[in-house]
Amino acid sequence: MVTNINLKAAIVSALMLAGLLIVWEASVYTGPGAATGEMSEYEMLTGGAQPDDSGIPAPSAIISHAITELSDPFYDRGTNDKGIGTQLLYSVGRVLTGYGLAVLVAVPLGFVVGMSPVMQKALNPYIQVLRPISPLAWMPLALFIIQDSVKSAIFVIFICSIWPILVNTAFGVASVKRDLLNVARTLELSRLKTAVTVILPAAAPTILTGMRIAIGISWLVIVAAEMLVGGTGIGYYVWNEWNNLDLTSVIFSILMIGVVGMVLDSMLAAATRAVQYAD
Amino acid sequence: MTKPFLQVENLKKTFPAPRGEPPLTVFAGVNFSIEKGEFICVIGHSGCGKSTILNIMAGLDQASDGYVFMDGKEIRGTSLDRGVIFQNHSLLPWKSALSNVMFAVKSRWPGWSREKVREHAMKYIAMVGLKGTEDRKPSQLSGGMRQRVGIARAFAIEPKMLLMDEPFGALDALTRGTIQDELLSIWSQAGQTVFMITHDVDEAILLSDRILLMTNGPNASVAEAVQVDIPRPRQRETLFKHERFYQIRNHLVDFLVRRSRELAGTGGGETRTVRLKAVGGDLEDGDGEPSRRRAAGGT
Repeated sequence: MVTNINLKAAIVSALMLAGLLIVWEASVYTGPGAATGEMSEYEMLTGGAQPDDSGIPAPSAIISHAITELSDPFYDRGTNDKGIGTQLLYSVGRVLTGYGLAVLVAVPLGFVVGMSPVMQKALNPYIQVLRPISPLAWMPLALFIIQDSVKSAIFVIFICSIWPILVNTAFGVASVKRDLLNVARTLELSRLKTAVTVILPAAAPTILTGMRIAIGISWLVIVAAEMLVGGTGIGYYVWNEWNNLDLTSVIFSILMIGVVGMVLDSMLAAATRAVQYAD
Repeated sequence: MTKPFLQVENLKKTFPAPRGEPPLTVFAGVNFSIEKGEFICVIGHSGCGKSTILNIMAGLDQASDGYVFMDGKEIRGTSLDRGVIFQNHSLLPWKSALSNVMFAVKSRWPGWSREKVREHAMKYIAMVGLKGTEDRKPSQLSGGMRQRVGIARAFAIEPKMLLMDEPFGALDALTRGTIQDELLSIWSQAGQTVFMITHDVDEAILLSDRILLMTNGPNASVAEAVQVDIPRPRQRETLFKHERFYQIRNHLVDFLVRRSRELAGTGGGETRTVRLKAVGGDLEDGDGEPSRRRAAGGT
């Protein structure tokens, strides 16, 4: 009898994956010789391009494709043929640039909003209006003003990261316990010293939660943004493979997007744990 | 005549009320003074503004009217000369006990080396009996230990005056007794002036030189200051055997139960110090008139 809960969960997970893969493999299996025989009228019109099977690649095909791709992830054979690792690095680079800029702007701004009730009231309407805007809606404006597709993509990441970090920082700063602020006051700490030595560590878990939400949103948005701006990046890669009708590559890159997103999230989760304190 | 170390003059605090209603005056005409090295306790029912008075003295709150002078200077804003021990320890939860004390020491003496700060902080950690647990975070300490760290932090900056807002309110009776003893011994070594809020009559008698009694709010004021003339050092186990103990205790309980209500809203004026007679009942036996309006018995 298996008693360890982790082991149990791992077994159930593995069984589910195996079940899914078997059903998938079986459902797309067309059997030998299925593609032979007379061409239908439609097939003759399309020059036989319409495949007989469903067109969805089998898991085995995806796995073997993944092995090929991952064994040489950084090759570069021209504009439209770069390794998956290169494409992911482009995307991660853009996300980190836009996200980093957003952190640099949103955290200090969040401090101002959180520490000053006047600024809170003054800025709140803008935040409330700008926050629900889909980041991609900024794309045309960004392209027009910045006139550079890569920088526009970075701007879109910046604009979608800034709100969760700003709102969480302001909330975290505003909800620092009055007692702790009183301690800082009785110790005659300057405003800056209070912000750095008392408010920042007290609000850090809330701020990092905002940053974790932001990195998640950024990774969602970069794929869509790169589909629009083209050139490089995992979003462009997915779209390009779709145009090539290479569904194997599409599915493989979808999985890679998930893996990279998970890695980004767990990095922020670890950072959040590092600054967490028991009250 | 020299000015007292700390003087509170005609202190008043009003809070704005919801529209339409007149503003709420919590206390008005609060007058008292504290001499250097005195241990003063304040007793009064909830809502009489004890904590607000303490916060004003700390510089954390502002009076609507009146003044507080310390060493002849008016108190405006907080100062490292007045240490505060808060009701709920108020330690920085991400710092260890030692770091919490060091944090305060560093802000008091910014020029000190890390070694010196550490050594100074350790001295006070040891004084409250927390040696060996100094590296634990507040969440890993018991309630009593946390409050001890708060006491160590307040004493470590060596303020001229200590303000304590019900420091032992959240502790169980046994822990409370131990920490009271520790507080007494630290205080007798350091000789600081202490102003402390409490709800515990026995605690007030054990610790104080004088006990300020506050009438009920709104419009509360300090009705009288009761002299606790039980000689020091006082022991918790033997205190109640002293002839003075029950006399003072009865006086305080009578005030809290009956007179604090009767005197509510009768306004401020000078606070008179009441010294209970050696034998017989207290001064207020008889016609029940407020003590501060009477001529006899004051010092």
